[in-house]
Amino acid sequence: MNTLLNNSDLFITGFRNTLILFFISGFFALILGTVVATLRVSPIPAMRAAATLYINVVRNTPLTLVLFFFALGYPKLGLVEIDFMTAATIGLSLYTATYVAEAVRSGINTVPVGQAEAARAIGLPFTQTLTLVILPQAFRAVIPPMFSVFIALLKNTTVAAGFSVFEAGAIRSNLSERGEPAMAGLLWIALVFVLLVFILSFVQRKLEKKWKVAR
Amino acid sequence: MTIQASSDALVSLNGVNKHYGQLHVLKDINLQVKKGEVVVVIGPSGSGKSTLCRAINRLETIDTGEISIDGKKLPEEGKELAVLRADVGMVFQSFNLFAHKTILENVTLGPIKVKKLDKATADKDAMALLERVGVGQQAPKMPAQLSGGQQQRVAIARALAMKPKVMLFDEPTSALDPEMINEVLDVMVQLAKEGMTMIVVTHEMGFARKAADRVVFMADGQIVEDAKPEEFFTNPQSNRAKDFLSKLLTH
Repeated sequence: MNTLLNNSDLFITGFRNTLILFFISGFFALILGTVVATLRVSPIPAMRAAATLYINVVRNTPLTLVLFFFALGYPKLGLVEIDFMTAATIGLSLYTATYVAEAVRSGINTVPVGQAEAARAIGLPFTQTLTLVILPQAFRAVIPPMFSVFIALLKNTTVAAGFSVFEAGAIRSNLSERGEPAMAGLLWIALVFVLLVFILSFVQRKLEKKWKVAR
Repeated sequence: MTIQASSDALVSLNGVNKHYGQLHVLKDINLQVKKGEVVVVIGPSGSGKSTLCRAINRLETIDTGEISIDGKKLPEEGKELAVLRADVGMVFQSFNLFAHKTILENVTLGPIKVKKLDKATADKDAMALLERVGVGQQAPKMPAQLSGGQQQRVAIARALAMKPKVMLFDEPTSALDPEMINEVLDVMVQLAKEGMTMIVVTHEMGFARKAADRVVFMADGQIVEDAKPEEFFTNPQSNRAKDFLSKLLTH
């Protein structure tokens, strides 16, 4: 307990950054992933191919390498300069978006074809058919796998510690510098993660109940 | 066969052909439907009658030929097609009500999003339509809470909400329990009486006799007969139609 209380500054800053990484990356991953999923079901072959390529390349690359690229490779390109936190956010967003895209796509596949036909029959164009009829039902169908993706994202944020971002994964090394026992520090970090995931699961159950689509 | 580019045809199919791979599902289809006319399409399973119906609002594409609605050729894809589809009401065999929306929202979605009606007006119109098809009480419910017959009547109201020029019915009663078929047919007969232009694919011969101006008999992707109901039922010309009708009458 002393390890936690005496170093609450580390824990608070660390987990605050973890949550910032999580929410910002989660937000962009959700948007980008949904766009990519809709491209994968688009009637235009080039769009489908581009989306499939993106998913296969990024999803098949270890997260560490993706972050490596943004933290170390990207600055060498001489484009707009970004700090490590931004680099980590971009890397995590792009990486997680591939998983979101596949979850959303599987959701789209659960929506009966007749729903899209009915939407088109009343004169809704392709984008509105997607946003008003298909996607709302697709999201409802994939809440459990979607939350698994976000739980994974929450834990994946700790990889950013390896790239000079001070988040929860970096708390331990800072504790060591202060001479605190490493094991106690790690246990506390793990406990907070369990708690955070527990909150996510709670939200998941609430949404599942609220959004149940009866057929 | 000469193709008449009759200007009074609301729906016009000229030389329409479609293949599914090797299968020739629509063979040189020519069909003109005038404003206010009720055309019932009957025929054995796999005769292409559903495909014909779905081709009219381009839920199925065609290989060759031309389909026009109110003198306008069916556009390929995109915005123009969406605009045209808004003028063609469609009722499906499996209802296809939007499962995540209430009954009222199902009916108002098109008017609000496509016709840009304000919500209050759309709600008012939708309630009137739901009352008309006899499901006004169900407005706040979700589709899954309704019986099949009620869902299909909502689907009719949803199509009517767009004030279509023509209504397409693709086997509207085939997925219904027998006791629910009549409640849907009654609504359709009423619509026909009010002068709605309708193309109805169905197995309900009673409806064809009662409400149809013309019966189109299809077999193997072709229109075999096109006649007035009493003519068709009492004196079919082709052997194919005679065979089909005799099988119906033995049951």
